[in-house]
Amino acid sequence: MILQHTADGILSGAIIGLGAIGLSFTMKILRFANFSHSELLTWGAYFGLIFISVATAMGGFGGTFGPLSFGWPLILALVFAAVATSLLALLLHHLIFERLAKVTGHMTMVFASFGVALLLRNAVLLIFGADPIYYSNTLQFAVKLPGNVRVLPDQVFLLGLTIVVVIALHLFLTRSRTGIAMRATAESPDLARVSGVNVNNVVRWVWVIGASGAAVAGVLYGLTVQLRPELGFALILPLFAAAILGGAGSLYGAVLGGLIVGLSENLSVMIIPTTYKPAVPFLLILAILYFRPQGLFGEKS
Amino acid sequence: MIGVLSYLIFFLILALTFGIAVMGLNLQWGFTGLFNAGVAGFLAVGGYTHAILTGPARDAVFGGFELPFIVGLLGAMVAAGVVAIIVGLVTLRLRDEYLAVATFGIAVSIQLVAVNWEYMTGGTLGLIGIPNPSKVLADGPLRQNAIYLALVVGVTLLAYIGLQRIVQSPWGRVLKAIREDEVAASSLGKNPTRVRLEAFTLGCSLMGLSGALYVGFIGFVGATDFLPIITFQIWTMLIVGGSGNMKGAILGAMIVWGVWTGSGFAISKVVAPEWQAQSGALQAVLIGLILVLTLLMRPKGMIGEDVTVSRHATDL
Repeated sequence: MILQHTADGILSGAIIGLGAIGLSFTMKILRFANFSHSELLTWGAYFGLIFISVATAMGGFGGTFGPLSFGWPLILALVFAAVATSLLALLLHHLIFERLAKVTGHMTMVFASFGVALLLRNAVLLIFGADPIYYSNTLQFAVKLPGNVRVLPDQVFLLGLTIVVVIALHLFLTRSRTGIAMRATAESPDLARVSGVNVNNVVRWVWVIGASGAAVAGVLYGLTVQLRPELGFALILPLFAAAILGGAGSLYGAVLGGLIVGLSENLSVMIIPTTYKPAVPFLLILAILYFRPQGLFGEKS
Repeated sequence: MIGVLSYLIFFLILALTFGIAVMGLNLQWGFTGLFNAGVAGFLAVGGYTHAILTGPARDAVFGGFELPFIVGLLGAMVAAGVVAIIVGLVTLRLRDEYLAVATFGIAVSIQLVAVNWEYMTGGTLGLIGIPNPSKVLADGPLRQNAIYLALVVGVTLLAYIGLQRIVQSPWGRVLKAIREDEVAASSLGKNPTRVRLEAFTLGCSLMGLSGALYVGFIGFVGATDFLPIITFQIWTMLIVGGSGNMKGAILGAMIVWGVWTGSGFAISKVVAPEWQAQSGALQAVLIGLILVLTLLMRPKGMIGEDVTVSRHATDL
């Protein structure tokens, strides 16, 4: 059992980690806790649904990949969801957060994110209804790994894609001029500005990267679990726990934080009733804030 | 005419009940700068405590002490205050947004307990048959609700006057001093940690009181009564009314609750029955819009903060 819980924990942890990257960057560079970030996962998942539905209506792109439940439409849906969610995030930034940042303190942005979260979540409920939806009805057979651990082929894909995304982001942050500018802004916005970094540009990139990560996480959640309007809302605490555990602004911190949260949630059911599982991320948040408020990878300010 | 009047009474009871929680939040955020994102949790603690203390005895569930209504209200305040002290000791040293995340988590955890600890809360079935004192004092729903409204108005006035005295006292000025500049406040010999905990506890016990009045009126408490959306609503009330001002807190409660129930009523008239399930979503979208638009267009709310709070300041 412990091996199965570990496998499940790593899989849900990968989704949480992907989703938390954006939250962590927002906390560090935009300097506010964005309670609406989790809704970007929901929107990403439903953008993916729109693409897949349209692709299927147009006759699809033929078959599925080997043992996986999907074919090309889902791969393209991931790209479409990332682009569409990024545009949505940039729109929110332009209409709301950018304007507020100019005139008020960062806590006003937190209130605003409360309101945006309500708007986004309930808009999904209005448009798509409350019933759970699946991308595909294809039945999959679990693969048996050593130690009697069962995973679905889609879950293996999920893990592989997460690793690819993290490596790509690592290269972006360390090799590209924009990535280096982002890290400089995270260190010190004022110093970055006087060094000629276009901070507005950096902020837009934070939204794009965060929203893309959230969208991919959302689609993967939809693929391996199901789509629901509360998909993101239910992940608020796990996402915050991952971002805070890892330390705001740290790519690997967010991913590792996600894995720790996923593992603790899934392993916790061996010692506490399953019904209390949702409280685990909260306990992690309290513990890390108490013992190491800067997070595992954060620097002491 | 009677219909309108009885509806107005019903509306005012709930709006003022929430107004008390908004005043508590105002003490925490508007005056002290504490971001409590777990309002729903403290309402729940108050509501359940009241139900346990005053409700009828039942098998396999704790409580049912059938104590007087007023004991239920006071007990709710004490219970919410005790939870606030425990929570505060752990979280109040955190800054702004970490405090928001932590308190949000507390509300989630309290709701989990409400759903799962059946011996204490009745689980998903909830606790029913909570006595409403107005039912003993008068006949007919209109008179009964009028009596309950008088009670809620009385409690609201007490809370309002009490809070006004408190925030205009030297202690109240320390709150704002800590909010504006903690280092300066401590250099004057004030103890920010202690004062913060006091403000947090007092604010949360008002939320407990609000939860108790709500449950006392509805006569029932269940795990779905205090969902996270209530926290968002109470926050919107505070922002719309104007944080840092107790009158604004009550005004905001009236406006936002008015929009919530008004839009719910309008939607139920316009939208076909099979779409009713989604009408709640439309109401929530409206609340989100109000919050965001207020922040963008009128960031100080309807009534802004009072500039001076000392009675003596004007003498100079």
